[in-house]
Amino acid sequence: MENPAIYFKGLFLRKIKINPIAVERPASPFGIMVRKEIADQVRSWRFIVLLALIVLTFIASMYVSLANIKPGAGVNEPERFLLYLKILTTTDGSLPSFHIFMSFLGAILGIGLGFDAVNAEQQNGTLIRLLAQPIYRDNFLLAKFISPLIVITTLFLSLALLMIGGGLLITGVMIEWVELLRILAFTLLTVLYVGFWLSLSILLSVKFKQATTSALTAIGIWLFFTIFYKIVVNMIVKAFLPDPAFLLQEDILYYNNLILDLLRISPGQLYTDATTVLLMPAVRSLGALTVEQMAGAIPTPLSFRESIMIVWPQLTGLIAATTVCFALAYYWFMRREIRS
Amino acid sequence: MENPVIELIGLTKVYGSLKAVNNLNLTIGKGEIYGLLGPNGAGKTTTILMMLGLTEPTAGSVTVCGVNATSNPVAVKRKVGYMPDNMGFYDGMNALDNLIYIARLNGLQETQVRDRAVEMMKMVGLENAMHKKAGTYSRGMKQRLGLAEVLIKQPEVIILDEPTNGIDPSGVKEFLALIRQLSRQQNITVLLSSHHLNQVQQVCDRVGIFVEGKLLANDHISRLSHQVSGESQLVNFSFADHSRLTDAHRQELLNTEGVSSVEFTNNGIEITGTPGLTPSFVRFFVAHDFDIINVQQKEYGLEEIYQRYFEINVTEKETNGKSGNIFQRSFFKKNQN
Repeated sequence: MENPAIYFKGLFLRKIKINPIAVERPASPFGIMVRKEIADQVRSWRFIVLLALIVLTFIASMYVSLANIKPGAGVNEPERFLLYLKILTTTDGSLPSFHIFMSFLGAILGIGLGFDAVNAEQQNGTLIRLLAQPIYRDNFLLAKFISPLIVITTLFLSLALLMIGGGLLITGVMIEWVELLRILAFTLLTVLYVGFWLSLSILLSVKFKQATTSALTAIGIWLFFTIFYKIVVNMIVKAFLPDPAFLLQEDILYYNNLILDLLRISPGQLYTDATTVLLMPAVRSLGALTVEQMAGAIPTPLSFRESIMIVWPQLTGLIAATTVCFALAYYWFMRREIRS
Repeated sequence: MENPVIELIGLTKVYGSLKAVNNLNLTIGKGEIYGLLGPNGAGKTTTILMMLGLTEPTAGSVTVCGVNATSNPVAVKRKVGYMPDNMGFYDGMNALDNLIYIARLNGLQETQVRDRAVEMMKMVGLENAMHKKAGTYSRGMKQRLGLAEVLIKQPEVIILDEPTNGIDPSGVKEFLALIRQLSRQQNITVLLSSHHLNQVQQVCDRVGIFVEGKLLANDHISRLSHQVSGESQLVNFSFADHSRLTDAHRQELLNTEGVSSVEFTNNGIEITGTPGLTPSFVRFFVAHDFDIINVQQKEYGLEEIYQRYFEINVTEKETNGKSGNIFQRSFFKKNQN
């Protein structure tokens, strides 16, 4: 027996529905989850701290580069002086430039936003409640990945635009299209790099039950790649490769490229390579070049398209690593038993 | 049963070498309140998780509302409201927002979501606390919020895993009454698991006793009670003048047809025999001029039924392998030294 009031309520609602304004489709569960995740991220203390860290880094490196930009102005590339790229890359040595900073801050950002994505929900008992609703599991995982990405894309885009706007106000130099393209590409690359660490930390948060374990593991992987990996590669090179003093020029080149390729297993290296090429149009190759290759080259900056061609392998590598991590997380999460 | 809402056929779940659920067959009809009883670790939660497609059965099939829960869990979850044992809420959001989030995920119209959520909060008696953060809620309030969340999707089936855990006795009574009322009013099928037997006894139409992955009994409580008591019934007499009882009385009673044993208690006598003999016992004692102050015919409650089934299981286990006794023996030996 239903309460007559409830019965009438339905009647009235039906009347309202005839009104064309009131006709609306309910939002998809995925959209609702993304919205909620973004709201959670933005309000969390963790994000505010990370935001402060990045904004401070940004301001510091901008300050250093603006103070040092005059001495270097127009010495190397007299015909094309790209001020805004210079702002991003110039430094006096007291602080690393912004894109170098980002190669390790980006990792922290990614790890910080994702290390407890799944296991914290499971620990709190919200995961089982959520998955008892009519939603697909992959939507949940995807929402956990997409929402932080949306947040950091917004963050980096606003930083880049802030930089351009500030530069316009301070110097009065018009920005060139090439610069805008390169800066946008740099921003997207940074988002992609953070996305890699994010998907790695989500993978760990699926694998480990405790948020602290996954955070420590993620930081361990990051430390390994930023500090120890170079040392390990150096040790291997010293132990296995012949002494360069007894080698031909071509062989040295070959071994150099091999070492570089080994170093490029590290995502941080991929990111630094790619950003260097994107932000410094004068860089024409990431490896060593022979004299024959250099012969006949005109000393002008590369076009945007050519720079993209050079970093294409790096981009592909980063996308592939991100996808592999996410696919593995998906594989582990989809069929596992959810208990509180 | 004509139209079973929940149908489990040969359901089995194996974890390594442990059989958590062992060849379970169960049908639950529409509008029924079914109680799944058993000690901790009996496989109740595993069974429930399989009904919702949150874990996959090793063998067998689960059909809920005519839909296979393993291959099509989303369709099942649209019709089933599930309240887990140890649920949590987003502590940073207030209770109403928690509820609204779940309502949205269930595809409620954006225009009515808030009104419906407030309505539900009133229904479970949380209207004064709905703007508080969910983190500040007590266990009982969380349980109510959980119920609101189950109801807001207007389910056909409600599954409650240990719903009375951690609520105070008066709260339990209220909670169960609410569930029963809802089930009766809207013809909702309810499945609840518990190890608090007397509470379940109050609300369930039918119970299943679940021990070590097996369903030992599955029937109405009254019939189960009858099954357990079997052919014998226990009658307890108390007398104001029990000192007058002698062995002669005892012998005389033992000679009555149908009586199997007679025992003296500290203020009376306990007679075991076929059911229906109580009036004749009363006549016997009146004829002997005893002052009867109390006659009690033993009814088996769920507690006893459960104990009985559980004991049978334990004794079987002990005859199979006496692992439990070794520890006991060595412990007693130490004490003697």
